[in-house]
Amino acid sequence: MQRTQQDTVSARLPQVQDARNPGMALELDWVASVQANTSAIERRATTLPGRRSVKKDHQAAWLLKAVSLIDLTTLSGDDTPGRVRRLCAKARQPVRPDLLEALGVQSLSTGAVCVYHEMVPVAVEALEGSGIPVAAVSTGFPAGLSPFKLRIAEIEESVKAGAREIDIVISRRHVLTGNWRALYDEVRAFREACGDAHMKTILATGELATLRNVARASLVCMMAGADFIKTSTGKEPVNATLPVSLVMIRALRDYGERTGYRIGYKPAGGISRARDALTYLTLIKDELGRRWLEPDLFRFGASSLLGDIERQIEHHVTGRYSAGWRHAMG
Amino acid sequence: MSIPEIMKTMDYGPAPESAADALAWLVDRGDRFGHFIGGAYSEPRDCFESRNPATGEVLALVSQGSEGDVDAAVAAARRAQPRWARRSGHERARYLYALARLIQKNARLFAVLETLDNGKPIRESRDIDIPLVIRHFYYHAGMAQLMEAELPDAEPLGVCGQIIPWNFPLLMLAWKIAPAIAMGNTVVLKPAEYTSLTALLFAQICQEAGLPRGVVNIVTGDGRTGEAIVNHPDIDKIAFTGSTAVGRRIREATAGSGKALTLELGGKSPYIVFDDADIDSAIEGLVDAIWFNQGQVCCAGSRLLVQEGIADRFHARLKRRMAGLRIGNPLDKCIDVGAVVDPVQLKTITEMVEKGGGEGEVFQAGQIPNRGCFYPPTLITGLEPASFLMQEEIFGPVLVSTTFRTPAEAVELANNTRYGLAASLWSENINLALDVAPKLAAGVVWVNATNLFDAAAGFGGVRESGFGREGGWEGLRAYTRPKTPTKVLKPLLPHTRPEETDVEGLDRTAKLYIGGRQARPDGGYSRPVWSPRGKLLGHASLANRKDVRNAVEAAANAKGWATTAGHARAQILYYIAENLSARAEEFADRLHDLTGQHLKSTRTEVETAVSRLFTWAAWADKFDGAAKGVPIRGIALAMNEPVGIIGAFCPDEAPLLGLVSVIGPAMAMGNRVVAVASEPFPLAATDFYQVLETSDVPAGVVNILTGSHAELAPHLAGHMNVDAVWSFSSSDLSALIERESIGNLKRTWVNNARTRDWLSPAGEGREFLAHATEVKTVWVPYGE
Repeated sequence: MQRTQQDTVSARLPQVQDARNPGMALELDWVASVQANTSAIERRATTLPGRRSVKKDHQAAWLLKAVSLIDLTTLSGDDTPGRVRRLCAKARQPVRPDLLEALGVQSLSTGAVCVYHEMVPVAVEALEGSGIPVAAVSTGFPAGLSPFKLRIAEIEESVKAGAREIDIVISRRHVLTGNWRALYDEVRAFREACGDAHMKTILATGELATLRNVARASLVCMMAGADFIKTSTGKEPVNATLPVSLVMIRALRDYGERTGYRIGYKPAGGISRARDALTYLTLIKDELGRRWLEPDLFRFGASSLLGDIERQIEHHVTGRYSAGWRHAMG
Repeated sequence: MSIPEIMKTMDYGPAPESAADALAWLVDRGDRFGHFIGGAYSEPRDCFESRNPATGEVLALVSQGSEGDVDAAVAAARRAQPRWARRSGHERARYLYALARLIQKNARLFAVLETLDNGKPIRESRDIDIPLVIRHFYYHAGMAQLMEAELPDAEPLGVCGQIIPWNFPLLMLAWKIAPAIAMGNTVVLKPAEYTSLTALLFAQICQEAGLPRGVVNIVTGDGRTGEAIVNHPDIDKIAFTGSTAVGRRIREATAGSGKALTLELGGKSPYIVFDDADIDSAIEGLVDAIWFNQGQVCCAGSRLLVQEGIADRFHARLKRRMAGLRIGNPLDKCIDVGAVVDPVQLKTITEMVEKGGGEGEVFQAGQIPNRGCFYPPTLITGLEPASFLMQEEIFGPVLVSTTFRTPAEAVELANNTRYGLAASLWSENINLALDVAPKLAAGVVWVNATNLFDAAAGFGGVRESGFGREGGWEGLRAYTRPKTPTKVLKPLLPHTRPEETDVEGLDRTAKLYIGGRQARPDGGYSRPVWSPRGKLLGHASLANRKDVRNAVEAAANAKGWATTAGHARAQILYYIAENLSARAEEFADRLHDLTGQHLKSTRTEVETAVSRLFTWAAWADKFDGAAKGVPIRGIALAMNEPVGIIGAFCPDEAPLLGLVSVIGPAMAMGNRVVAVASEPFPLAATDFYQVLETSDVPAGVVNILTGSHAELAPHLAGHMNVDAVWSFSSSDLSALIERESIGNLKRTWVNNARTRDWLSPAGEGREFLAHATEVKTVWVPYGE
C-alpha cells in the first residue's frame, strides 16, 4: 500500500507543507536516459562561488537561515545520553540569544537532530516541545550490509522509538552493478517500513564512482518513494561536493517536473565553513528556487558548520572577529 | 530590509565591488588622456567622452587620434623596431614576463576599470578577461625565449598596426600585443573608442616594466584613427578584430599594399545539442555561450540547433534557467548579465529583434534596470534557416533556435552560414562528437563546452569570420615571415609571332582540364604558342569566366578528396611523380622549346618537379596536428584541415615546376585546386594533365586552365565558393586579387611582385603547408 500525505495528519513534519512523494513504478527507460557530463558539471560547480555573493545584512540573514537547515548530528561510537542531551540543547538554542536579539530574530532552532538508533529516546525526550524532529540513521548505517530483515526491523524500531525522520543507506552494490530493480525494491521496502516517518535516502556518493551513477541512483530512489535524497553518511572518503550536489538536485528537479512532487535534498559531510554553506544555498536557490530553502526540502548534515556560522554572526554583530569559546558547545 | 524579512525573501541583496581605486586612478591621471607614443603620454587633444554604459556617467576624456598622431606613433615604432628585434629572445622574454607580473599585481584595478568602461560583469573581467590577459603575456614570454631555437627561419614583420574591438578591450590588446612584441615587432595599437581606458592603464604598465620606448604605442580614437593606421604606408602588418563589414573595408584598403593582414571577424556560431546530451549541462553552457558578456562575443553560441525530439523540453528548461539570470549593475558580484557597451549597440540589438523576432516566438527573461544600457536575455524559438535572425549576427544577448532531425542535418544547418568562427556540440556519444567536430566549418569547436580560451590554443575563423589564428605556435605566423630574400619580379611575356613562321607536324590544340576531362574553352578562343625561334608549338585555350565557374564547380564536386587518407593522397602524388619521371625527357624538350632555356636547365626543372612531388607525397601523411597543453582536464586538438578549394595562378617562369609546386602542397593537404598555368608558357601544364589522367587523380581534384592571368583573376578571386587564392604570377595581380577576395573574405597568398626561387627549398616546405591548411582547434574536456 502506498502511503501518501492524506493518510494521517502526523505524516507531516512540523515544517512540511507539501504532499509527500508517493513514489512511482520503476521506469528503466527514464533511468537509462539520464546523463551527467562530469567536466561541464565541474565547471558549473567551480564557477558558482564566483557568480553569487551575499554580503552584510543579507549574509547574516542567509547564515541564520542556514542554521535553521542544519541537521545537528552526532554519529560516534562513544555517544552517550549526556552528549546527546548537550547536542539537543544546542539544537534548541543554536545561536547566542544576545546575538539573535541584536539581529532582531526572535527564535531559531536547527532543522533536526540526527543520531544512531540507541540515542533516539534520549533525543526525543530532550527535544520535547521544541518541534525539532529527531532523525535516526538506519539500515545498517553506514555500510548497509547487515541482513535485509534486520535493516527493515531497525527502521521500525527507530520509528517506534520516536524518530520522525529515517536516514537509510542504500546498497551501493546495486548501483555499481546496474541492478536498478534491486535498488528500487530495497528502497521501496524501506519506505514502507518508515510509515509516516520521512525517509532520507543516503546514496553514499563517494562510493558510486561516477556522476552518472549518482544521477541514476537518485532517480531510482525517488521512484521508490524517497522524501529526501542525501549524499553521504559522512563515513565515506569523499562526502558532499558541489558537483555531486548539482547532479542530485538536477535529478530531483527533473523528477519534480515529471511527477509534480517536490523532493528534499541533504548534502552531508565536509561542509564545515559558513562560506561553504552560503555557496550551497546559492546553488539551491539558483537551481531549484527559493521554495527549497526551507527545512522540509533542504538540510545540511553537518557537525562543525554551526560553530563557524556562530563566529561569523558575532563578527557581523560586533565588527570584531570572534573566537570559538565564546559560543556554547553542542 | 530587516534580517527576519531577508530570511523570508532570501534575496541576494547588493554586493558591489568598490570602484574607488579605479576612479582614483582616473583622477590621478587628470581624467584626461593623450596617446601613448614613444614611451610617453601625449597632451590630451580633441577629446571625446568615455562613458560607463551602466550609468551613462562620463569616466574620462580620451583623445581623438589624428593622422599626425598616427604618423608620430608609427615613426616611434619604426625607430624602435630594429633594436627591439636585435635583442635576444631572452631579453624580450624578460619584458613580457615583467608585463605579465605587473598586470597580475594590478589585476583588480584592471578588472574594475574594464567593467566600468565596458559594462561587463565584474565576475567576468575578474575571473575570465584579466586572468587570460596575464596568461597570454606569460605564454608569449615563453615564445620570445624560444624563438631563436624553434623558429630559426622566421623574422619579425616590422611595425604592426593593431585595431581591436570593445567587447574584450584588454584581452584583445593582449592577444595582439603579446605575440607581436615577442617576435620582435613593434606595435601601434588602437583600442575601440568606447573602451580605451584599460589600454591606457596598460601603457602605464609598459612604463613601469621599462619597456623600451616605441615598442608599444597606443593611439586612441574612432574609425578615422583606425583608417589612418590601415592606410599608413610605413606599417607592415594590420591585425584587426571587429565586425565583418569593417574587416572587408580593411581588406580592400590594404589590397596590393604588401601589408600582411589577419582578420578576426564576426560569427553566428552554432550550438548543437544532440538528444543524448546532458541537457542541464548544455543549458548551463548556453548561459556562458550567449549571455556571457551580454552576447557581445564574436564566437558566441548564438544559433541553437537542438534535436527535434528533445526540443520542447529543452526550450522549457532553458526558459526556466533564463528566468534565474540576474541583470544589473556590472560591478555587483552577483550579476550574470551587465550593460551593453553603448546606446548605439543597444539600438542595433533592439531594432534587429524588432525586425526579425516576429518570424518566431520571442521570450525575454529577467528584470532590467530602469536606466543604463541594458537588454534582457532573449530566446527566439521557431525560426527557420531562412529567417533573418538565423543568418545575421546580432552581437547581443539574443539566442535564436531551430531544430534538426539527424546528425547529418545538424552539420548541414550548422554550416549553412557565411561565417565560420566557432561551434559547440553536446553529446555523450564520443563517436558522434568526434565525427561531427571535423565536419563543422569553424576555426574552433568545443565539445560539451563553450567559450573555452587559452593562449596555447589557436583561435580564429574561416569564411567571413576572417583568417589567421591567435594563440599557440600557429598564432606566431601572423607576426613573422620567412627570412628568404626576394627580388622584384618582372612581367614575363609570351614569345610573339615571328616574321617567318615555322609550322610543322600535326596541329595540336591543348584544351582545358576540368573535372578530370579535357574541355574546350567556353569562349571558343585559343592562341598560338611560339617558341623563341618562331616555331609554332601548338595552340593554348583561352579560358574565360565560365571556364572558371565550371572548374570551381568540378572542384566543389570532388570534396571526397578532403577526407581521403593521407596515405592514399601520398600514393597518388608518388604515382604522378613516377609518370612524370617516365616522360622526363619529353617534358625537358617541351620546356626547352617553350622557354628557350638550355636543355640542361630544363632537365633540372623536370627533375626538381619529380622531387617536389615526392616532397608533397611525403608530407601528405605527416603534417601532424597537435594536442595543446591547455589548463583543463581534457585536450585541445589543433587539427590541420584542408582550406577547401584553392585557386592558384602559377609562376610564369617555371612552367612545369611552378605548377607542380602549387598543386603539390594543395593536393597533399586535401585541397582541390583550380590552377591557372604559366601564361606565356602554358603547354607544359597541358601536357601535364595527361600525366594526371594516368595517375589515378580523382576527377575535379586538379583543374587546369590556360589563358590570361589578369583576365581570370577577378573571377577566381571573386568566386564565393573558392576558399583561397594564391598568386605567383609575374603579372602583378596582388592588388586585384586581394581586392576581389572581399566577397567571401577568402584567404589570399600573393607574391606582391616579388620573386621566389622555385628550384630552391623556398619552393616547398612549411610555408606552403601553412597556406594549404586551416588549423581547427577542437576542445574536448573529459572526465567521468
